[in-house]
Amino acid sequence: MSVNNFFIKILNDQILTRRSFLKWSAALGGSAALAGGLNFGLEAVGAAKEEGSQILSTSCYHNCGGRCILNAEVKDGVILRILPDQSAEDSFENPRAIPCVLGRANKRWVYAPERLKYPMKRVGKRGEGKFEKISWEEALDTIVSEMIRIKEEYGNDAFYCHYASGQVAGGIDTTYKDMGPMSRVFHLFGGYVNFYGTYSDACYSAVHPYITAAGNNSDDDLVNSKLIVLFADNSMVTRAGGKGGGYHYLKAKEAGAKFIVVDPRQSATAVTLDADWIPINPGTDVALIAALANVMVEEDIYDKEFMATHSAGFDESNLPEGAPVNSSWMAYLAGDADGVPKTPAWAAPITGIPADRIVRLAHEMANTKPCAIIQGLGWQRRAYGEQPVRALPILAAMTGNFGIKGGGTGMRYRINLGFTGGIFPAGSNPIQKSISVYMWTDYIERGKEMTSGPRDRIKGAEKLEANMKFMWNWAGNTIINQHSDINRTKKLLEDDSKLEFIVVGDVMMTSSAKFADILLPETTHYEIENVISGKGEGKTDFVLFNHKLIEPMYECKNILWIAEQVADRLGLGDEFRDGHETREDWLRDLVAVAQKGNEDFPTYEEFKKVGVYKKSRQGSIIAAADFREDPEINPLGTETGKIEIYSPHLAEQNDPDEIPAIPKYIPEWEGVSDPLREIYPLMMISHHAVQRIHSTFDNVDYLQEVHPQALWINSRDAVERGIKNGDEVKVFNKRGVVYIPAKVTNRIRPGVTSMPQGAWYTPDEEGNDTRGSANVLTKYHPTPYAKGNPQHTNLVQVEKA
Amino acid sequence: MAEQLAFYVDIAACTGCKACQVACKDRSNLPAGVNWRRVFEYSGGEWTKEGELMVPSGLYTYFVSSACMHCEKPLCMEVCPTTAISKREDGIVLINPNRCIGCRYCQWACPYGAPQFDHDKGVMTKCDFCADLQAEGENPVCVDACPYRALDYGPLDELRAKYGDLNDPAPLPDPSITFPAVVFNPSQATRTSAKADGKIMNVEEVQK
Repeated sequence: MSVNNFFIKILNDQILTRRSFLKWSAALGGSAALAGGLNFGLEAVGAAKEEGSQILSTSCYHNCGGRCILNAEVKDGVILRILPDQSAEDSFENPRAIPCVLGRANKRWVYAPERLKYPMKRVGKRGEGKFEKISWEEALDTIVSEMIRIKEEYGNDAFYCHYASGQVAGGIDTTYKDMGPMSRVFHLFGGYVNFYGTYSDACYSAVHPYITAAGNNSDDDLVNSKLIVLFADNSMVTRAGGKGGGYHYLKAKEAGAKFIVVDPRQSATAVTLDADWIPINPGTDVALIAALANVMVEEDIYDKEFMATHSAGFDESNLPEGAPVNSSWMAYLAGDADGVPKTPAWAAPITGIPADRIVRLAHEMANTKPCAIIQGLGWQRRAYGEQPVRALPILAAMTGNFGIKGGGTGMRYRINLGFTGGIFPAGSNPIQKSISVYMWTDYIERGKEMTSGPRDRIKGAEKLEANMKFMWNWAGNTIINQHSDINRTKKLLEDDSKLEFIVVGDVMMTSSAKFADILLPETTHYEIENVISGKGEGKTDFVLFNHKLIEPMYECKNILWIAEQVADRLGLGDEFRDGHETREDWLRDLVAVAQKGNEDFPTYEEFKKVGVYKKSRQGSIIAAADFREDPEINPLGTETGKIEIYSPHLAEQNDPDEIPAIPKYIPEWEGVSDPLREIYPLMMISHHAVQRIHSTFDNVDYLQEVHPQALWINSRDAVERGIKNGDEVKVFNKRGVVYIPAKVTNRIRPGVTSMPQGAWYTPDEEGNDTRGSANVLTKYHPTPYAKGNPQHTNLVQVEKA
Repeated sequence: MAEQLAFYVDIAACTGCKACQVACKDRSNLPAGVNWRRVFEYSGGEWTKEGELMVPSGLYTYFVSSACMHCEKPLCMEVCPTTAISKREDGIVLINPNRCIGCRYCQWACPYGAPQFDHDKGVMTKCDFCADLQAEGENPVCVDACPYRALDYGPLDELRAKYGDLNDPAPLPDPSITFPAVVFNPSQATRTSAKADGKIMNVEEVQK
């Protein structure tokens, strides 16, 4: 029996007692893993709180935004069970941070058979997944000698620390760009080319300064709304942690707010909130928004005075200087420049929403006060994702809701208190150049040709001096799984004369890990002490002491230790440590930040015992309330200081078809009106699955069981294809083939299909994916301005396998 | 008899995330295929043509979290040939694994699919209402697990007084079969068992 199978057996065995476990351990004898002190036999069913067990605070800091509080019952170095936040108080003012289904599955994650166990080096073709066990010495020596070689040969412009969000909130062990111990090493080593934007919000963050430069009201203010209209937002699932966005939506419902959800899917958010569901064709939201605005103008049910004083480019009278005639929003609605009035009748065939429903929605939004209008992020991960982000705030302004209680700005709602523990001092990157997060494959192929011009939009310099030759990828699955067009990426990476060296560190053998040249096993955060900040959701922030629950498994090491080892080998050890000899020395620094200004924050020792320190914001935040009051004294952070419907900066890009100065409906490639639909008729999106956060947790057995991966397809589309619920189907386009079971449902528009993103790419012998990995089918095609990822814009065909 | 204990489930707050189900599995290390708590996705309605456009017609969905109902008239107990199943003073229905012979009669008798066969152990298992945790003053794990606070428990009479007496949201069966000790709060979309015009959409997730 392999060690893996042994672990599975242990985990599934109900009757196994500790005594019989020890017998098994003895039977396995010389296994290195067991000799390392691994013992986690689980107790018989029905065991109450174990005698001699301890409950310790820990966290779920995977990248959902939730950062929930966990507790764990631990005995003899074994996690017995996961418990939620158990704070005494659970009120609207100070809600518990109760973990969602993912948090509750963390025991199965820690003990998953896919855990990486020891350092390895690649022995086969890159990406093939053939590795050989090596020592830590050899692994670290190889990494350091490659760092030195590549620096000498190509310079620091050849170094890249890849986008990786698995440990973005990891306290000391944070491994996101510019943060954490390894960034500190790379900064001391001369730096690396950075990235801007994220795979989550590339378009949103790029155009945010060119519409409002503001956030939205804090989510606890939603209880003051009468009507809440959500566009592309599924917070009941994606912000499910018990103190976050979803919690506040539910509170708003209980307070009597009515919800409307605009989404191609009847999401769990639409279901739970008893929302009116408006099923829209993907990528057509700006057509809907324009038609809604048009109705409001035609019927004179909008705030004329506010638009005149608070916006730039609403009509011809308040266009910024230098803007051409007929370039305002009103001119666009009337069709003054293009001859097409943006009426409900025009929008109906594009959006799939009947004209009378559009008119009714306009009435509901204009006449119900206050009305909160909120956008999610799904609609900006599209071919022209910049457009809807800029369009929706116009409706918030026109309906008189911008800057008021119970209303909002039409932007995202996330606002937090800002109470936080410290972060690891990574120092700063001597290289200030950055590429769009999405364009790293171009950097491998033609980095030296990339410039700040419109094709590539690199920032911080005119051009790059090298192609990417060294990649550091830690706690990330974007090397292959989360990036568009897996077959394209795979071909590029297989050629190791281009990108010469890839280091991957992870806790699991992910699809990306298989592309490593050196593969390092990291401890999970249940095997090490840490200090975690839970900010960014709801009105309560917290700092928690993340206890070491169990000994490090196998030969796993933490990233601080690894960074120290690399720094020592580079002769940078003293500079790196800066007087910190132990992990605890750094942890104390992090706690000191939380203590500062919070007089009742306990001492380090007390904090370790108490586990969690919470702080709640009093009252709500109303975004841009001062701007509403006086836009001249309190301008927005936009170039014009106003709600910038017409952006001079975007006009300067001189690409009116794809980067218009005002937001416009731009028919997408592979969108609703693309003639390619004759061959690939279904528009495929890839929503966030309940059972994963991006690709994290895809291997966890409990989650696979309760939420199996499946392709959502409308029952009419299924009947046409002879597909029944649960049938294995083949999903394909010219970029690849995926096999996946079908979920036949009326909860998605006909003509639309959705493959939940994040399943680990698992090719068969012919290279076709067998697990439902959406990026086999997505197109590599950066968006016009943000250079972001359009991973929801895809055409496919589906047939019974 | 002491007051009958019962679960309360707020359908109007349930997103179908199954934190309750996984917390239950985690606490008792349940193997694949054994799910003492399960969540039904129930949906009805259709898509029709309105002019040139497809529109949803009467489309509705809701989720029902369901475990052993610790029924007032537990059929599982009645059919058990070895008297392995008993009902406590507080209404909790328990299976004694030492008496169970794994004949599965209870599984066939129960209209809620609550008793489930554990292949490794060779006996029937089911939700025990976390009786041991309750004895230590703790809540059942599913109750504390819900990020939306949709679950609660307590004496049946009290729950009925507080939340009403709905105990048969579709797809659950006619309650007169076993008199389930449970109270549901309906969402706007919720149908009763007598008006069940939708269907279970996640059959493969709940039929184990």
